[in-house]
This record gives sequence, C-alpha cells and structure tokens, in this order.
Amino acid sequence: MSGMDYKELEQKAKEIRKKTIDSIGFLGVGHIGGAMSIVELLTILYYEKMNINPKDPKMKDRDKLVLSKGHAGPALYSTLAMKGYFPEEWLHTLNKGGTNLPSHCDMNRTPGIDMTTGSLGQGLSSAIGLALANRLDKSDRNIFAIIGDGESQEGQNWEAAMAASHFRLNKLIAFTDNNKMQIDGYTTDIMPIDDLESKWSAFGWNTFRINGHDFAALDKAIDDARLSTDKPTMIILDTIKGKGCTFAEGVITNHNMPFTYEAAQEAIKALG
Amino acid sequence: MSDKDMREVYTETLMELAEANENICVMEADLMRATGTSPFKEKFPHRTFNVGVAESNMVGVASGLSAGGKIPFAATFGCFAARRTFDQFFISANYAQQNVKLVGTDPGISAAFNGGTHMPFEDTGLMRCIPNLVIFEPSDTVSLKKLIRQAAEHKGCTYMRLQRKGKNALYRETDEIVLGKGNVLKEGDDVTIIASGYIMVPEALEAAGILEKEGISSTVIDMHTIKPLDKNLILKYAEKTGALVVCENHQKACGLFAAVSEMLAEEMPSPVEVVAIEDQFGQVGTQNFLQKEYGLTAENIVKKTKRVLERKNG
Ligand SMILES: Cc1ncc(C[n+]2csc(CCOP(=O)(O)OP(=O)(O)O)c2C)c(N)n1
Repeated sequence: MSGMDYKELEQKAKEIRKKTIDSIGFLGVGHIGGAMSIVELLTILYYEKMNINPKDPKMKDRDKLVLSKGHAGPALYSTLAMKGYFPEEWLHTLNKGGTNLPSHCDMNRTPGIDMTTGSLGQGLSSAIGLALANRLDKSDRNIFAIIGDGESQEGQNWEAAMAASHFRLNKLIAFTDNNKMQIDGYTTDIMPIDDLESKWSAFGWNTFRINGHDFAALDKAIDDARLSTDKPTMIILDTIKGKGCTFAEGVITNHNMPFTYEAAQEAIKALG
Repeated sequence: MSDKDMREVYTETLMELAEANENICVMEADLMRATGTSPFKEKFPHRTFNVGVAESNMVGVASGLSAGGKIPFAATFGCFAARRTFDQFFISANYAQQNVKLVGTDPGISAAFNGGTHMPFEDTGLMRCIPNLVIFEPSDTVSLKKLIRQAAEHKGCTYMRLQRKGKNALYRETDEIVLGKGNVLKEGDDVTIIASGYIMVPEALEAAGILEKEGISSTVIDMHTIKPLDKNLILKYAEKTGALVVCENHQKACGLFAAVSEMLAEEMPSPVEVVAIEDQFGQVGTQNFLQKEYGLTAENIVKKTKRVLERKNG
C-alpha cells in the first residue's frame, strides 16, 4: 500500500461512519444498514486505491465507482465530503428539497458521483459500459462497482456477468456487499443466492471472498484483482449490515430506519 | 379518517378475499415490509410468494400463476411495477389475456424521500397503452377496499396505483363506488374539476371550497378509474359546465388529463386545463415540498380554474 497504514484507515472509516449516522439522523430516517456495511470498502477505495482528484471531480482518465446499491449513497457522500469534493455542511441537506445529496446516487447533482443509480440491478451493466469506453479511449483505469447481495437477485446482474467476461474486462473490479440481509429479512430466507463464489466463477470471473471489514484483506484482494489480465473480478465481501452503528447493527429492520438525532449522537459517541 | 392506513386496508381486504376464494395469491419483490402484506403471509403462507429483488420475474411468475387458474395480486413500487416489468406485464400478462392484478405503490410524488429514481410520473401513461387493461387509483381507504374487491372479480388484468400511507376516508362505507364509474363528490355549475388519487382528490375538494367563497360553483369528480374512462359522466358535466380542470399526481402526458382530453376532442371539444407534472423527472424531498415544487396544490387548481373560465367566457 502507498500512503496510509491500516490504523489510519480505521480512523477514517470511523469518521465516515460518524458523519453518515449524523446526516441520516439529522433527517430522521434513511438507509442506515446498507450504508454502514460498505464503509471500509469506500475508505480504502477513496483513500488508497482510486486515482482521483477531488479538486477536479471529472478529471479525465480517473478511476470510477458505480455504487449500484444506490441507496447507500449517504456513506459515499460522507466519504466524498471528507475527501473535499464538496463542503461537509452539505451532509445536513441530505434528502431535503433542493439538495445535491439525494437518497440515491445522482451523477448530475453530486460532485464525485460517477454514475446515477437507485433502480437496483442496473449498475453493473453501466460499469461494463464505462470499462468498454475506457478501452476505446486506450485508458487502463479501473472501473469499480458495488452491488448488494439482495440486489444480486435482479436477473440483469447475470446478463452483465456474462457480458463482462465475454468482453474480457480485466479492469472491471466489482464487489458484492454480502451483508446477508435485504428489506424483507435474511437473504437466505427471501431468495437465497449462494453460492456466490461458484456463480461468479462459473460466469468466468476472477472471484475472491474476504471479510469486508478487514483492511488487510481488502488491500490484498484489490491488488490481486488489478493483476488480472483477461477477466473481470468479483470480490465478495462478508459484511455486517448496520456495522458499527449501535442501534442498527445486525437488527433485521435496519434497512431503512427512522431514528432521532439524539439516537444518532449516542451511536456516534459509542464509536469513540 | 379511517383507523387504518391504506396499506393495512390493502392487506386486510386481500385477506378477506382470500378467505372466500382460494385462488387469491399475494406476490412481493422484497417490499413486503413496505406494502405491509406480512399478515397475509402469516395467514396464507402457501399463497404468498416473495421472489426477492426481481420485479420482472415476479410479473412473469404472476402470469404463470394466472394461467394456472390463480388470481395473483403482485405489488412493488410503482416505478418498478410500470417501468421494469412493462414487457412481462404487457406480453405474459395482458397480451396472453391473463388475470394479473399489478399494484404500483408510492405513485408520483408520494415516493418523497426515495427521490427521482423511485418517482413514477409515467406509470398511468405506460399502462394506458395496454389494450383492455383496467387502471384505477383509489383516493381513500373506503374506495380502496371497494375497488380491490371489484378488481378481484374482474376477469382480466388490472393496475392499481396505491398510496401506501395515510388514513383518509372521504367516503362512507355505504357509498356506492363502482370500478369504471366516476364519483361526483360535489355538484356545481361553472366548472368541472376531475381528479384522481389520494393526494389530488382532497386538493380538488379544497380548491372547490376556495372557489365557492369567490362565487365560483364547481363540480368535483373523483375519477378513480382511469381506464376504462367514464365517458358518459364526463360528457354530461362537460355539457353542463362547459369547462374542465383535470388534476393528477402524474405527468401531464398520457395520464388522466390526456385520457379526458382525447375523449373530449372526439366527442365534445371543450376548454380543459390541467394540474399535473410538466415534462420533468422526479426529485427528492418531503411530499409537501414536492407538491409545491410541481404545483400539485389547491391553489394551483384555483388558478387553473380561473384560467379555464376565462377561456370558456372569452
Ligand atoms: C429495482 C429495484 N427494486 C426494488 C428496490 C427497493 N429496494 C431498495 S434496497 C432493496 C434491498 C436491497 O438489498 P441489498 O442489495 O442486499 O442491499 P443492502 O442490504 O446492502 O442495503 C430494495 C428491494 C430498488 N431500489 N430497486
């Protein structure tokens, strides 16, 4: 790794969590569960792995991220604010009328958002398009994509799975936030999608499975994925929905929860 | 006010129907928590199918259930019900002359905090282009119950726009509400205000009150069924008042305003004004903010009424 050690990244992750809980709590309701589970991933991508420039969000030849599970936008907004894409005060406008930070990611409203998402199942296809465009432009930048485990039930993901390996998109690195929950309950009860590793491998992808809250594992898996010469990579992240937010972690109804600003402040304090 | 939320009435009505008819089934695509159908699942576990986040599959499976003699009520957010399952609903359900009851929740701006991606301004429009499909949008808990019962009886596909939250009761239990027939909520001579849905029908009534104080007498019609359109009722009041305003929580193109205007153009050209969303996408905000932002308010209905009266008299 280049800049930060894992301790520093852990500190950043904690700050991203705090800001995310604060921004959703300021509104009083939001997608806390699926935002918390991708914090380590966003931290390492934006602080270590991605070639980006917050002062020039549309910099040519940058790495891009498609957050296909667009409802986790608030975690990405906190990350982008900390990186300096826009003032941190914006975080308190989350979901307010006229905001630049809508519940689901919007590339036309928010500096640093590379693709508009929110209708689950569409992001991986968009990521393929971005990777193909890069290839046409002779850019060897990475395209990152994050999908949910519940989201993986959308058939379009598997059409995309076929296409990405057929097009040999080795620059495409996707993650499944395998937090084992969706809205109506545990993914295994609603519509099981296991075994994800064999599924992605069968579709011709390079596949890893790691603890999505472990920086060392993330670091290694992303670096390994970058070595791929002819296949797209799927990194399955075992994560915990609501991770680090005391009142939400592991709670089955934590997908889109109402909570008070006071509750938010307590959860923030508990993070230390 | 009802003591129950719209979605509770939805679920309760389906449970009553299921009690009497073993073919009634419920389908969900990971939004059971939002639609509130878990009591149905508890009571009728074998007739409840949650397919996960896979709306097209849900409507495809619903079509097969129907072909096998069942009557599936399949629900998801209106944006996905209309946009994402359109081909499956068109071909496997409607073209195949099946009996699928599709439900699109959170119509128009009621998607509020879910924002632009989740805000169906076009679902009625898309659905109107499907031959023979019955499209309806209940304005309160009483009409919801009555219309679902009739939709279940109807042999063929239906699409219901369902506001999930809110306990409005505009009607009494004894009022007659018939699928395919508009309900005249208030009689007046100068103008006819036609509205549909949970948000716009109350706004229309409020506007009628404001107009009354200014000496303008209006008829207000709850046009809960958008297709087939209650032609005779509209023609009767177009003739009586000579001016109309159509109000809907939907974009201007292809919805109720379009249906009324198309019909009048052929049968009885009349001045018609509209209170609906212009050629715009949705955005995030509270329902209140969005109502103002898109002009879905009683004040705007008053404004449009005055404009249509100028046209009528001018
Ligand atoms: C096409 C589509 N269908 C339904 C929804 C509503 N929805 C939002 S999140 C979600 C559950 C997603 O589960 P998962 O992908 O596991 O997300 P996570 O648990 O990580 O938040 C659903 C059904 C949507 N946004 N898009």
